[in-house]
Amino acid sequence: MERDDLLVNDSYALNAHHSEEEGRKIRSKIWKVTGILTLLTTIEVIMGIYFKRSEAFSWTVIKWSFIILTLVKAAYIVLVFMHLGEERTNLRRAVIVPYFLFICYLIFIAITEGFGHLGAFQMFH
Amino acid sequence: MGGEATKAISKEILWGGGRSPFSVSYGKMMMWYFLVSDALTFGGLLTAYGFARAGSEAAWPIGEQVFRALPGLEGEYPLMYVALMTFILIVSSVTMVLAVESGHRNDKAGVLKWMAWTIVGGFVFLGSQAWEWSHFIHGSGGMFQLEKAVTVTADDGQVFELKEGEAVFMDHHFGHLAEPWIEGNPNVSLVASDHGVKLVEVGEHTHEAELHSLTLNKYIENETHVSGAEMMKLWEARGANFSFGANLHDSEYAVQQQYADFFFFITGFHGFHVFSGVVINIIIFVMAYKGVFERRKHYEMVEKVGLYWHFVDLVWVFVFTFFYLI
Repeated sequence: MERDDLLVNDSYALNAHHSEEEGRKIRSKIWKVTGILTLLTTIEVIMGIYFKRSEAFSWTVIKWSFIILTLVKAAYIVLVFMHLGEERTNLRRAVIVPYFLFICYLIFIAITEGFGHLGAFQMFH
Repeated sequence: MGGEATKAISKEILWGGGRSPFSVSYGKMMMWYFLVSDALTFGGLLTAYGFARAGSEAAWPIGEQVFRALPGLEGEYPLMYVALMTFILIVSSVTMVLAVESGHRNDKAGVLKWMAWTIVGGFVFLGSQAWEWSHFIHGSGGMFQLEKAVTVTADDGQVFELKEGEAVFMDHHFGHLAEPWIEGNPNVSLVASDHGVKLVEVGEHTHEAELHSLTLNKYIENETHVSGAEMMKLWEARGANFSFGANLHDSEYAVQQQYADFFFFITGFHGFHVFSGVVINIIIFVMAYKGVFERRKHYEMVEKVGLYWHFVDLVWVFVFTFFYLI
């Protein structure tokens, strides 16, 4: 079978072309997302330096804020920079769903076992 | 930008054979599957880090205490350097997506320009990481473990009842000379001074470092300084166990060797991805320069290498959060 990414005619890649006019719109979107990512990183760093040790916020709040901000950043990178948001829904799901199934299970089991180990250690020392 | 992917196509045609049901080329689909598997590898590494940390009996080092130096500057800048590295990688991701956009307009000059900036960004990141590794390996002063239990009053009035084996940290001026002294360099000797002790180096470089203060809990919460007579109590109670910086056998940062090991493995594995990304970017840049994609009439290879490059950025976003912030 011919490699379809090397085809000159009738390839999917060719259909992804866009005009100068659309290009301007896409570029302005890219710069907007750049601004958002920079802003979110700045917030994370400020939180890491000043809020982590302050009495005003509990560690749980800070920790989950970090995780949520990170997931928002990741979503922007994957959906906009990697264009997954503009792909067909079936590809989007084929990428995201299996990943989340595995990783959520892995995180759950590792953290549970980690705390279990700590509990056992504390019980016998 | 989605092109074919944004068209409404009936299920019968989409799944009827003879075409990609995802409306992407074979290469792009396989790049996505590779990235999923690679993301599981990194997810596994970060989860393993979380496992070690959740199960750790002793306090775990915290990022803003360990990473607070900037090259060539005295003083403390917690997390600033890592934030800068993150920003560099985000910017190089932006130049990459601009290269992809230029490719969709068949704008060869644009592709070359933005690819070149992406490669520059990759090299700057690798250089930053080299400095960070070097700093982490050399450490900032080193620590020694107490040989016997000792009770001291810190500068802020807190009283610490320290047990045998607990870590005490030196400042980087004193630690800089303490390392050759411990290793038995005959040019360096410990002598008494007005306030306590100092290390003196003679020979080619002549300089000395006085012991001004010692630090407790340097890399975890509640960092405290001890000076004067109380400091000398700590110094007299020192054992033979000194650690300077970190390697795979020893680490000044934590009693858990795992902390340094995870640092080396996770940032090293990511750095290796950045390195291979830069190499692939250069290959694609040369191909674009030679006009390969111009003849092919599409720049999809730029898009595929772009996916890999964004992925590297994506991983760093998670490393930044889970290794440095949390």
